[in-house]
Amino acid sequence: MHDAPSQKEMIQAVKAFIDNTAMPSLKGHAAFHARVASNVLATVLREMDIRPEAESEEVQRLTELLGTEPGQSAVALNKLLCEQIRSGEMSLTRPGLLSHLKTTTIAQLSVDQPGYSGLKTS
Amino acid sequence: MLFRVIVAKMGNAEQIQKALTAWAEQFYGAESSLEHVARLSGGASQETWAVDIAADGGKYELILRRVPGGFKQSARNSEAIGLATEARLLECASGTVPAPKVMGVFSPDSDMGEAFLMNRISGETIARKILRDDDYSVAREKLTVQCGKALAGIHAIPVSELPDLPETPGLAQLDKYEDIYRGFDMPRPIFELAISWLRQNPPPPSPAVLVHGDFRLGNLIVDESGLAAVLDWELAHLGDPREDIAWLCVNSWRFGHTENRVGGFGQLEDLLSAYADAGGQSFSPEDIDWWEILGSLKWGIMCMIMYEAYRSGADPSVERAAIGRRVSETEIDLLNLLEGKA
Repeated sequence: MHDAPSQKEMIQAVKAFIDNTAMPSLKGHAAFHARVASNVLATVLREMDIRPEAESEEVQRLTELLGTEPGQSAVALNKLLCEQIRSGEMSLTRPGLLSHLKTTTIAQLSVDQPGYSGLKTS
Repeated sequence: MLFRVIVAKMGNAEQIQKALTAWAEQFYGAESSLEHVARLSGGASQETWAVDIAADGGKYELILRRVPGGFKQSARNSEAIGLATEARLLECASGTVPAPKVMGVFSPDSDMGEAFLMNRISGETIARKILRDDDYSVAREKLTVQCGKALAGIHAIPVSELPDLPETPGLAQLDKYEDIYRGFDMPRPIFELAISWLRQNPPPPSPAVLVHGDFRLGNLIVDESGLAAVLDWELAHLGDPREDIAWLCVNSWRFGHTENRVGGFGQLEDLLSAYADAGGQSFSPEDIDWWEILGSLKWGIMCMIMYEAYRSGADPSVERAAIGRRVSETEIDLLNLLEGKA
């Protein structure tokens, strides 16, 4: 399959259209939603850069923390982690748990809200 | 009579004008006239209108709070109390807490629909302006003590004088929000950890008092000399006084000024000593932690609820979709809080 324009280029082109053409000609609520739309595309662009590596590292950490066989998805592993926390098998004092969650959340916020104040204090 | 009406919905506006004209004639006399009615933006669950009435050679500036369309279509927010109850609470608070004065109350079967009128208080509600603009530098220095005093005033209103309100202690709120979260089937390990920790470390119970329920910048009118009025009482309930103090401390309501635990403008020790000086209970900052963790968790789940409106198709707006990507803000806040508890 072809890759010209690439996914990134297409999203960048739409974002530039919103920022430079659509937003200045809109008013009120529509202008506000255009800004939100532009921010959403910026989130998608950041996710394309950050997610592949961050998620594979997350899966590695989860596999180790949970002692599971390799090859499970991040979704399945996180579900298992939730079950173990809920049942009390895993708690705040478990070595490695907080640092894993912190690394994961910092990566998530680098995608979702890189300017968030809580990221600076973490 | 001069009508200058800027409105979103014309039929609605006409109904409001007629009802206000009739009210003004009764309240201010037959010579009074309705000068200006304008729908204000903001306030998703209620309509808010600015109303100017001329009478006795003067101008009366009022705010109308009204159920959308004048009558309740459905439970928009299952926790919200009715407008009549909200008006009654403002009356209970008057004298001890800076709050608008209720001028008139309209029942659901009136021409106006369910609504109340209060006096308009000038000042700023936008948090980022209050926290940053030079105009509010004096206000910022006073605000912590003023908020401590106002909270002590709210919590001291005798429960016997209050209208019927739901009683929701902390653990009942945790149950409720946990149910909502589980209903989404979107597992989030940090929420699980917060829920477990909150269940294992419940605070000692405290006698139920009036809790405002949404005491934070955005719902406070601030002028150059500080706190001018406490607004938006629709989430009021009976509960634990620490809930209000902690909600003001939730990092989401510090609007980027994380170093100031109280609302982005003050230190908790100062708030707590002003609170105790004004007759409130003596709390230590650690007493507030449980409630701040609950508060962050609640806000995270509220963001999930707003995203759910998109996921379910109920509200297809890009704004509702985007808010799902703010849940991680509360996750880092919860981690920062839980780290101190490990």
